[in-house]
Amino acid sequence: MSYVGLVLISHSPKVVEGIKDIISQVITEVPVETAGGTDDNEIGTSVEKILAAIERADHGKGVLLFYDLGSAMMNAEIAIEMSGSNQIKVADDIPLLEGSYVGAVESNMGKDINQVLEAVKTAFTKER
Amino acid sequence: MQLTVEQTLSWLEKTNAKIQANKEYLTSLDQAIGDGDHGINMARGFQEVMKKVEAASYESVSDVLKDVAMTLMSKVGGASGPLYGTAFLKMSMAVKGTDPVDNPTFTKGVEEALNGILMRGKAEEGNKTMIDVWAPVLRFFQESETVDPSALEEIAKTSMEATKDKKAIKGRAAYLGDRSIGHLDPGSVSSFYLFQSLSETLKEVE
Repeated sequence: MSYVGLVLISHSPKVVEGIKDIISQVITEVPVETAGGTDDNEIGTSVEKILAAIERADHGKGVLLFYDLGSAMMNAEIAIEMSGSNQIKVADDIPLLEGSYVGAVESNMGKDINQVLEAVKTAFTKER
Repeated sequence: MQLTVEQTLSWLEKTNAKIQANKEYLTSLDQAIGDGDHGINMARGFQEVMKKVEAASYESVSDVLKDVAMTLMSKVGGASGPLYGTAFLKMSMAVKGTDPVDNPTFTKGVEEALNGILMRGKAEEGNKTMIDVWAPVLRFFQESETVDPSALEEIAKTSMEATKDKKAIKGRAAYLGDRSIGHLDPGSVSSFYLFQSLSETLKEVE
């Protein structure tokens, strides 16, 4: 079976690689792709990198995007608009590490993209 | 006013020259209240813009602006990329089909660009962002039947200077709260360069 994919977007390639390591210690079936840094791997984010990561992470059930700061969110939104798909969504106002970890766990249960997003949001509303 | 393809390219060239010349200054402004990369990011973005537009040939202003948008979105890295990229993309869409671009069409272009920045950045006027320059400039265009280039530069300049006394509500500077007061907003300064360059381009036509 296929799972909702995850894309981790950060200003630094190292940040998202590290988070991917943490997730894959527990979850191995869910596609988790990274879009860290600019095209030259400098600090920043790149729409092109995000679009490429979405393509790799999409195994037919859609992709949920997680981001860290400022431009990461804006470039995530641009990537979603450019993809033109309603199966690509952004986890808004959700911490990158904790949020994507919960997202991976929920996706692994075979949920659809709306259910995964809802579960992630609920997890972080409760804590507040 | 009228904006041809040639003038649009001249506008970009002037903007790029100002950004390259003030790269360190923009960075120092951003170091005070942000993450210190505005000069580097804008300089890299506009250098790529010039590479792109100089290698191409254009039939319409809309096509030039679209290439600017796509280049800034993919090459800048920081928040100014998606913000300026969205602005140029919306402007490109608004002026499509009108060549040369006349005053009402350009005004529409600035309006759509500002709407794009508002939507993308989720900020509003007074938050100490580039919007504090774009919004008064839009009002200036809306109120002008004919555009006086000197007045355009003046409004952009005074609006940019007014960001100094404001407290940042959006962007990285917002984390500093009151400590952001007393510093110019870097995005307002780069936006000033953009409109100052437009003013100089329009003066050349007169």
